Formats: sequence, C-alpha cells, structure tokens
Amino acid sequence: MTEQHLQAGPLPSGMQLHDDGRLRHLLTIEGLPRELLVEIMDTAESFVSVQAKTVKKVPLLRGKTIVNLFFEPSTRTRTTFELAAKRLSADVLNINIATSATTKGESLLDTLRNIEAMFCDMFIVRHADSGAAHFIARHVAPHVSVLNAGDGSHAHPTQAMLDMFTIRRHKGDFTRLKVAIVGDVLHSRVARSQIHALNILNTAEVRVIAPRTLLPADVEKLGVHVFNDMDEGLHDVDVVIMLRLQKERMQSALLPSAHEYFQLYGLTNERLKAAREDAIVMHPGPANRGVEIASDVADGSRSVILEQVSNGIAIRMAIMSMVTGAAQ
Amino acid sequence: MKISIRNGHIIDPANDLDQVADLFIEDDKIVSIGTQPDGFSDDETIDASGHWILPGLVDLGARLREPGQEHKGSIASESRAAAASGITHIACLPDTDPVIDSPAEVDFVLQQAEEAGYCQISIIGALTLELEGRTLSEMAALRQAGCIGVGQFNIPCDYSVLRHSMEYAASQGLTVYLQPQDNSLLSNGCAHEGAIATRLGLPPIPEAAETASIGALLALIEQTGARSHLCRLSTARGVNMVRQARAEGLPVTADLSAHQAFLTEMDISDFNSLCHVLPPLRTERDRDGLRQGLFDGTLQVLCSDHQPHELDAKLAPFPSTEPGISGLETLLPLALRLSEEGVLSRSQAIARVTSGPAEVLGIDAGNLTIGTSADLCIFDPGHSWEFDTEAMLSAGTNSPFGGWSFNGQVLRTLLAGDTVYDIKL
Repeated sequence: MTEQHLQAGPLPSGMQLHDDGRLRHLLTIEGLPRELLVEIMDTAESFVSVQAKTVKKVPLLRGKTIVNLFFEPSTRTRTTFELAAKRLSADVLNINIATSATTKGESLLDTLRNIEAMFCDMFIVRHADSGAAHFIARHVAPHVSVLNAGDGSHAHPTQAMLDMFTIRRHKGDFTRLKVAIVGDVLHSRVARSQIHALNILNTAEVRVIAPRTLLPADVEKLGVHVFNDMDEGLHDVDVVIMLRLQKERMQSALLPSAHEYFQLYGLTNERLKAAREDAIVMHPGPANRGVEIASDVADGSRSVILEQVSNGIAIRMAIMSMVTGAAQ
Repeated sequence: MKISIRNGHIIDPANDLDQVADLFIEDDKIVSIGTQPDGFSDDETIDASGHWILPGLVDLGARLREPGQEHKGSIASESRAAAASGITHIACLPDTDPVIDSPAEVDFVLQQAEEAGYCQISIIGALTLELEGRTLSEMAALRQAGCIGVGQFNIPCDYSVLRHSMEYAASQGLTVYLQPQDNSLLSNGCAHEGAIATRLGLPPIPEAAETASIGALLALIEQTGARSHLCRLSTARGVNMVRQARAEGLPVTADLSAHQAFLTEMDISDFNSLCHVLPPLRTERDRDGLRQGLFDGTLQVLCSDHQPHELDAKLAPFPSTEPGISGLETLLPLALRLSEEGVLSRSQAIARVTSGPAEVLGIDAGNLTIGTSADLCIFDPGHSWEFDTEAMLSAGTNSPFGGWSFNGQVLRTLLAGDTVYDIKL
C-alpha cells in the first residue's frame, strides 16, 4: 500500500466523471449535471422496449464481466442489477459477503484486489458504511467502474434514478412538481439521493415529512421543506414517496410504536386526499404494509410501486452501458 | 560538558524572556543567560544567530502505543519523532495493553523511555483498574512509581465510581484527567452532527455528547474539589462552560488538540479518513470558540493528541477507520501558525506548548529558568517548508497536514544538556 492512498482525493461527485464529462463511476447523485441525469433517463427509455420483447437481450456488454459485490443482504437490488447485466449480455458474478460492523478495511481492500485480479470491468457495491463505494472507487484499477448500490445512509443513486424515471414517465416536467418524501429520512440513503436528484432536475418543491427523530440535523440544507405534520405536508403534492421504516426502529428511542407511527405518518386513502387528485404513490420497497402504507394504497390505482421495480432494470441497463461506453 | 549557545533569540514565556542573549549550559543544567559565568570555558559553542531558543516543548497528551500496540508505534519511535519536533517532555496515557494501572507498567514505560533516551516521559496512570470504571487503582503506588496524575479519559465510568475516584485521587495529591464524552450520546457516531454528516450519511455525534459530559464533570469537580483537567475539547459551548467554571474558582484546566484549532467538519467532506478524529471536527463557529479559549487561557494547553496508526487503520470506508491523527510532528508548526494567523501572540503560542502544559502536569519543565534541566530546542524561524507525510519519523504517517506549508524548523533539540536531535546528523 503506498502513501498516496491515504491522501485526500477529489470529492465523490468529482471523481465520477471522465475528463470529457462521461460517466465513469456512479457513486452519488450529488454534484452530477442535469444533462447527465436526463441522458440516463433517455437511455433507459430506449431499454424499456427491450424488456417487452420475447428475447430480452442486447449484446452491448458482451465479453464484459460485472461483479455484484454485496456486503449487506439484498434481494431486489441485487436481482435487478443481475437481470440488467444479463440483458446486456454481460457475465455476472455474485459475491455476497456477510459482514459485521467491525469489518476492517484490509479485508475489504484484499477482497477487492482478489476480485480485480480476475479481470472484472465493473463492481456493483453495497456496503453498510457510508463512503464505501467512494473508497472502493478510489482504489480500483483505472479500467474498472464502480456503481454504488447503497452505502450506509449516504447514497443509493440507481434507486433515485429509477424513481426519477418513474416520475418522468408519469408527470413529465419536474419544474412544476411538488414531491413529498415521507418517513425515516435519517437512515435513508434512498431519500438523500432522491433529494439531490429532484433538486438537480429543478423540481418546484421537495418536501420531507417525518417526526424530528427521523430527520437528520440541518436536513433543510439539502434543499427541502420540512413538515412534521403529514396532512400539511401532503397538501397539493404531485408525488408521494414513502420510505421504508426498519423494524428495529418501530419501537425504540426514535418512535414509541408502529401503531402510533401509522396513526401519524401512515399513508391511507383518506390521507391521500390532501394530495393532488392525480398524485402518484411510490415506495422503494419492500413496503411494511400497515406501518408506513396501507395495503389498499400500496395496491391501489395511484400506486406505481411495481412499475418502479421494472423501471429499475431499464435504469440499471442504461447506467451500465453508459459507464462502459457502450451506450451511444 | 559545557555548552554555550551564542546570540540566540531566547523566547521563554515562563520567565517573560524575549530577547537575544547567550545561554550557558553546564552538564545537564542551564547555568546562566546573558552573562558568561566566571571561569566558564565551553566544550562546544553553538552559533544561534538568527535562530530562536525555545524551552523544550511539553506535550500533554500522546499515545506512544507501547506496551501492546507496537504495530502502531513504540516508545522509541515516537519519542524520537518528538525530539525531532522540539518536544522534550511527553505525558502519555494509560490506555495501553496492558493498561498502566500498577507500578509494573509504570516501570516498564519509564525504562523503555530511558533506554530510548529521546524524551522525558511522564505517565498519567489509570484512575480505575483496567480503566474499567469499577475499582479504584492503587493511586498511591502509582504516584510512588512516578505517575504525575491519574485519568479515566473518555472511557466509560459511572458517576458514583468517578466521584469516589476523584476524591481518592485528590487525597493523594493527584490531578485527574478526564475527556468529556457522553458515550450514550456518542453512540456509534463518527462525525459532527450537522450539515456535513447529514449529507454524507455518517452516524452523527451531537454537540451534547461533549457538553452534557462537561456539565456532569464540572458538577463532580465542584462536589469533590478534586483538581481536574479536561482533555481535548471540541465545542465552543464546552469552552464557555469551562471558562465560567474557572471564573467561579473551580480547580479545572483544559486543553485542545492542535488539529482542532485548524480543521472543521468541512475537511471530512470527501470522506477523508485522515480527518476521522474523536471528538469529531466540528463547525467553524466551534473552531473560532476554541481559538478564543486558547487566547484567553481557558484552554491553557495545546497538545498533539498524538495517535499513530498503521496504514491499514485508515484504509477503509470512513466509519470503519480508526480515529486519530499522528500529531507530534505538527504540534510546534501548528502552534506557531496560530501566532502567524494573529490568533495568539508568539509568546502565548509557545506558552501553550511549554509552560502551560508543564503547569497542569505539575512538573518543572517547559521553561528556561536558570538552574533547571537544559531541555530546549534551537529553531530556525526563517526556513519555510512543506509538510511531507512520507518524511515523518513517527511510525504512524496518518496526518491530514501533508502538503501544508509551515514556517520555521527545529534545528537541534537538547534534553538535559544532551543533543537528542540534530538536523545535520
């Protein structure tokens, strides 16, 4: 290990782009130019049709090897990445490394070096530590791209992009939209990435709705309006994004009970009346029915939750093909 | 052995000296400043024209990693780095492995230090056995073995045990060293709770993790009357609390890690693990409050908070890295930078790393008083240089100050009249 590894590097947002502005890694949405987010969505649009075909494959990434490097359990995200890679004809290697919070960096770096030695082209990384994807991106060989599939409470950029894509397909222009994000923003990497993306896309208003215990300090500095009251926060919004509430937080020092949480912040059809008539309901999944969202809302006509899942494949195909330079 | 140091600019805040004069050393002692003693014939003449003569620095808080963590550093490696940085006296912490809670460990450390021969080492022993916060350590035995104080630092200890430990330490005439940190509020945090930690999604450490603890510790100091020293403050509010307590006459002093006077939460915004420290880097407002505390003497000590690490300790995602900075080699440069930036006078800056800590530790060091041990450093203020972590002497190169420009360089360090560092050698 040489000394340069210890020196401060460029900001996470800066090291994501090649000199010519093309995407090299996707670590965080923060700092990316608007045109790039639009390009990701436009590219994803072209892949939506692929999914509808009988033969759901294009040869864009033939010969490339993509590694799903998951230090945290995940089913949905890993599966959609895997499907996306396979539909682009890439070879996929899944590596699940159950880790504890005390896992030391040397093992992470060693893991990385070992896998890199197998001549891989892309790492899809999920890790419990904020900054893990950034750390890995700093240490990979120059030809390897890193896609962040969730690091701690920091970022989950592909989830945010599939959400933006879903919103765009339903609502078109972001500049006239009011979007409310409801729930555990404090622990949510999804919420942070969504907030950055919505602001970069010039969304008219981004709101967060939660009790103070579930909001991080100075959250308004991310560019959101804060509401502690659900009915006020939902008033007149075009998009409602519900966040998952982890089980261990339902009855803790942060919240008294799942019951009281649902009473105050659970999304029901009654509550949804405060939003615009054509408002859509989103959830990154998996939803806790009866805790943050009522079943009849999750399965109702305004829910786009399942669409988010299928859009997730198109978005990930788009991003993978962009970082490898295959998308033209 | 007789040495005369000619024409040096002597800066000794303890004796209000700030003038060009000759300094004379006989054996291990300073025997005169200004006039050559009768019959003094030197074995060596040092021409210090254009250079400063400073008291050897006293560092109130350094981890030398020995015994038990020799992969991070040793008494020899770290005290050598100290000597090269003008430091002649180090107070080391008891949180080694084994913990320094009995005369056996004290003897070991003192013996290692003497064998290395670079620095005088003082030991702050453990306040409680194994630092576990349950049973008092044998403080009288520790004192007899050479400990100059006892401390629990930031290791959890309930208030009842702490209160009695403080009373017992006071009855043994020992100062108690405590680092304000409420561990329940600290939780698993690794960054100051604020806009930066929120943006990076890092587990936050609220300001109250420090201030709640300071409140409790000040109450215990008032209750017990035990002379106490609060280590490594990081918040402006904490400084205000200590300032007020001192004004009310409480027997409390406090210090600041040198890096806290310069870095803020902004410095972690690229997940730079070299800036992962505990207590965390806080806001600019806090940094300004800490600087104010240094200026008015609420913080009478600037220390290195030296924590050398092996490379791997910092090679991980930010939350999984070990906190701490290898700070011995930037203590004097940062102290002097405070005077260059107009925060402190030159004399104040030097006092905070010499007489200030010596007074807290209760040792006769950090001054150039005639008759005291000839511990001093000769410093060239004109030389401007860039700090290069690869050139560090400490076993730990984990410093975020790589690339910083500093003015002035230690040319030579004397410990009890012996040259323990010479830039030319």
